[in-house]
Amino acid sequence: MSPIIIKLIFVSIVFGISLFVAMYSTYAERKVAAFLQDRLGPNRAGPFGLLQPLADGVKLFFKEEFIPLKADRWLFLMGPGFFMITALMTSAVIPFGPDLKIGDTVIPLQGTDLNVGLLYIFGVVSLGVYGVLIGGWASNNKFSLLGAIRAASQNISYELAMGLSIIALVMMTATLSMREIVDQQSGWHWNVLYQPLGFLIFLVCAFAETNRAPFDLPECETELVGGYHTEYSSMKLGFFLFAEYINMFISSAVIATLYFGGYHAPFIDSMDPGMLKTFLSIGVLFAKIFFFIFFFMWVRWTLPRFRYDQLMNLGWKMLIPLAVVNIIITGIVLLMKM
Amino acid sequence: MNIDYIFYLLTALTIICATMVVVSKHPIRSVLFLVATFFCISAHYILLNAQFLALVNIVVYAGAIMVLFLFVIMFLNLNKEVERNKSILYWLGAIVSAGCIFLMLVSSVGKVALTNGNIEKENYTLGLVENIGMSLYTDYLFPMEICSVLFLVAMIGVVLLSRKENKFTTNTVSNV
Repeated sequence: MSPIIIKLIFVSIVFGISLFVAMYSTYAERKVAAFLQDRLGPNRAGPFGLLQPLADGVKLFFKEEFIPLKADRWLFLMGPGFFMITALMTSAVIPFGPDLKIGDTVIPLQGTDLNVGLLYIFGVVSLGVYGVLIGGWASNNKFSLLGAIRAASQNISYELAMGLSIIALVMMTATLSMREIVDQQSGWHWNVLYQPLGFLIFLVCAFAETNRAPFDLPECETELVGGYHTEYSSMKLGFFLFAEYINMFISSAVIATLYFGGYHAPFIDSMDPGMLKTFLSIGVLFAKIFFFIFFFMWVRWTLPRFRYDQLMNLGWKMLIPLAVVNIIITGIVLLMKM
Repeated sequence: MNIDYIFYLLTALTIICATMVVVSKHPIRSVLFLVATFFCISAHYILLNAQFLALVNIVVYAGAIMVLFLFVIMFLNLNKEVERNKSILYWLGAIVSAGCIFLMLVSSVGKVALTNGNIEKENYTLGLVENIGMSLYTDYLFPMEICSVLFLVAMIGVVLLSRKENKFTTNTVSNV
């Protein structure tokens, strides 16, 4: 098969998996919430309620399509689409496993190994806010606008701390390629052991960038009705909600890749290379991803939402100085090693 | 695939988007077209094998500065298509300043030797991270440090300005 066809197949599989994981994340979220609140959660549609996501999807498709009279029609339609695209784009540079060898053909399990992969992720994350911003503004509703503006300011504030925490990581790894960062972490050389502070900052910023609780101020129901998606209905609302789960999946993958060794695990690294090792490695990566998705939900149903000024203080007065200190410490340690 | 076709297509797109920034009367659409223009320029960088520059361009301009632009415009609530009354003086000023910029561009671009080479064959590597870092921290160290000092000054200025305002207003935190 030509490399282009192989790549196409691989990309469609990643696309399918992202959607599938996001779909069942909605189910998992409700089950986790139920577990944490000592309830049963969805259990009517299919065994253990496993068909619940399908039922929700069908419901959303058949809801009334509604566009406010004074809304900016084109931008109103563009908002959810843009949000979805940016959510799906990030997975292009994540290495899902070591090269798969079938006969003579070698299939790299990564969309593309950009030599600036880390920057690519950062770039796409920074674009993610456009969907919310455009959708919120185009709705021509004060609550939507406030939600959109909150999303923008929150994103910009936490992007800075996120970038600074990544700089400390890059100083250590001396590369921006995701594949090389993963391969440096084989065995127990996980970056989280060398960069605990950087990891903590990155984690908090990942919560803020995905608009997950306790940073879900753009859609805070108690103050803003529905925030930026107040005026949305039907599948357009579905896109906004669904893209959030895709974002969660992708950021879990990024966290696992950057700080927790990606597809590496000590007992698998010592195995002989082959099909079995490849598939076990993929399994390890997905186990890590699912743990972080669970962690996202665990935090959501445990912590209350921030107040807006607390959010800004945390971003600017805590995380950014901490990240700068982290860079300085990393620099000193690296110099001493030389 | 012939890389020339991609180049012409991209350039056409860039020029169309850039024109739309000026032509469209709706401020939000102007900003969105400007974002599209930045994307096209980044694509040009990628054609020159400068992935680092391309992505930094997206992160800094499309991801941060343009979001702030949108942010401010949304606050101003310029929903209606604003048509300012344009006197002849207005037009004259615009033409003279645009002409000056055009002259400057022509004089600077004229000095650049336009190589007629093939991008694929010549194998540009100037835009890769290592090479940019090398030239920034060896050949252009002084200008770069001056730039960072300028940024620092600007930042201190902003902090000072926002501090002063706080004294006059009440002590509440600006709640968005």
